[in-house]
Amino acid sequence: MVEPASLPARIWQFLTLRRGGKRWHWTDLFTYGYLGLGIFLMFGPVVWLVLSSFKTSAGLLEFPPTWAPLGQVVVAVEGYEKPLPMYRVTMEDGSTKDLAQIRRIGIISQMVDPAEPSTKYKIPIKQREPIREFRMAWENYLDPLERFNFLSYLTNSVIVTTLATLITLLINSMAAFGLSIYEFKGRNAVMLLVIGTLMIPITVILVPVYLVVTELGMVNSLWAVILPGAATPTGVFLLRQYMLTIPKDLIEASRMDKATEWQVYWRVVLPLAMPAVAVLAIFSIMWRWNEFLWPLIVLNRSEVYTLQVGLNAFQGELDVQWHYILAMTVVTLIPVVVVFAFLQKFITTGIASSGMK
Amino acid sequence: MNSELAQHSQFKDAETGQLHLKILITWPLFLLFRFIEWPMKRLQSLLGLGPMPYVFLLPNLCFFGLFVVLPLFVNFAFSLTGGTNLYLDDRTFTGTEQYAFLLDCGNYADPLSCREDRFWKGLFNTATFITLQLTFLVLFSLITALVLNKKIQARGFFRSVYFFPVLLSPVVVALIWKWILLRDGILNAWLVELGFDKILFFVSPAWAMFWAIFISIWAHMGFYTLIILAGLQAIPPDLYEAAEMDGTKQERIFWRITLPLLWPNLLVVIVLALIKGVQTFDEVYVLTGGGPGTATQFIVQYIYNTGFTNQIQNFGLAAAASVILGVVLFGLTMLQLAATRWKDNG
Repeated sequence: MVEPASLPARIWQFLTLRRGGKRWHWTDLFTYGYLGLGIFLMFGPVVWLVLSSFKTSAGLLEFPPTWAPLGQVVVAVEGYEKPLPMYRVTMEDGSTKDLAQIRRIGIISQMVDPAEPSTKYKIPIKQREPIREFRMAWENYLDPLERFNFLSYLTNSVIVTTLATLITLLINSMAAFGLSIYEFKGRNAVMLLVIGTLMIPITVILVPVYLVVTELGMVNSLWAVILPGAATPTGVFLLRQYMLTIPKDLIEASRMDKATEWQVYWRVVLPLAMPAVAVLAIFSIMWRWNEFLWPLIVLNRSEVYTLQVGLNAFQGELDVQWHYILAMTVVTLIPVVVVFAFLQKFITTGIASSGMK
Repeated sequence: MNSELAQHSQFKDAETGQLHLKILITWPLFLLFRFIEWPMKRLQSLLGLGPMPYVFLLPNLCFFGLFVVLPLFVNFAFSLTGGTNLYLDDRTFTGTEQYAFLLDCGNYADPLSCREDRFWKGLFNTATFITLQLTFLVLFSLITALVLNKKIQARGFFRSVYFFPVLLSPVVVALIWKWILLRDGILNAWLVELGFDKILFFVSPAWAMFWAIFISIWAHMGFYTLIILAGLQAIPPDLYEAAEMDGTKQERIFWRITLPLLWPNLLVVIVLALIKGVQTFDEVYVLTGGGPGTATQFIVQYIYNTGFTNQIQNFGLAAAASVILGVVLFGLTMLQLAATRWKDNG
């Protein structure tokens, strides 16, 4: 191990690290350049989104944009209903004064000194500069809760994700149990069916699934989103492969102890298959939270929209209200970031070993 | 029940965070168990052990049959009918008319000469998109995996840096980039700073396609990087040691050892990316809406538009188009199975 060094020393050590301690090679430079660029390109857009989501709608329109969320200072002035925006004005004699703007007519702005509201000034707009302060526009996050269906989108997404994941885990693990533990007639046929449909995406069967869902009377209900994707061949396949590694003796032993088949499944096999179940759970959550095309088709009323569909409808209708869109986008990506932060290792190994997404 | 599970678990060295997750998952399942245990017990005493596997398979197969297998056949039936009714009995049988309509072209190289030019435009767009996206996706994934496979500090951190966007939803990905690429967005601010003019990215077809490809690579690269990385780590290190001993140049090591041994993994990546590429819809739809004009309208959007958004919902045509898409995907899947088999056999 390297002996503990002070932080700056370690950073320096990190920055000057070279391949095998030999001379600098062009690949070393390339490596660190690439990694640096990677952080910038991969995280940058998300950071920019989060920073922007805290800007006021006026702040968002500014060009060129500022990094930090700055808001114009506003003050309440006696005799005026609404708070007035503050400007720093350069007067004729060269001195500066902080004035509040009452209204703007063309290139002339009518202003007033908050200290003595009786005198009004007429100032050419070129001579004023908005006074700004650091301000987080929390209203971007709070307004959509009241003014739009945002909260119901959120609830719908949570319901869909939770229920769909539970159903998927249950029926897929049951099927995997059946396929891995028993020898029975037709097993090969079922396996063939599972493998054969592994790659059939819903894009190929949009119309008939829509028909089935309509026949069942589920259009514009959350069930229409939850049920069709519940039986995933990927899940059955993954769980079965894992369950095959469970020793048969264990199952025999529990049968000797008069366990019913359901108990064998639930108390012996399922707990042992937990790592695989957890991987499938994480993926199911991801799939369902992020799903877009299918909900877009079956959910046509805004009170049943999921977050993704709601967000898309939003950006189409309210193209100018970017301050709301950005805030809602941030909310949509929070669960994913949280799940990722805690389960990063799980997810990456799960993907690498099962090749699914 | 929970403690029991924890005992059986293979994560005995798990940190508390992972245990919490397990409880979170198992608790509702525990309720379910109580709910289903009794009827299952009765069923077993009634039927005996023999039919039990079918009982376990039944729920899954019901869902599967109803939402995958049945629709596969119904889809084909749909593609042979016309009219605007959703219910099959009210539709008129038209035979292969829908296919004939889709495939009716004066000159197959020119989408505008086809009767259903939007379909062909969609096919051409998808083909252009896939060709470019796949090339650069594989290239960048390979470079990233090679870089991440080196002895660098904080490797786990960098791995998650590149992987992170994979988890974002397509809608979020599209909105993030749309926000950056707006007329008054940050990218145009930089262009102005550097002395260029602003570019209206969503007005120019070429730029819209460029960003569709770029964003798709940005969002999915981490996934493929991971697969390649797994392949890189499976290469026996003594091969490299032997090569270094002989004083072989890095470039030569790459071409002679790394690439040949990695090729099976790369092939899997290529086919997987191809299958996903054909189905591209969400990101691009939210980003450009298929525009400007039809410049970024892909085949899946054509199906969606034809079946679900137009004034007259043409389910027959949409079904016929998706049968064609299904045939293409089936071919690609066969390719993938062959690739996987080849990989497994070394």
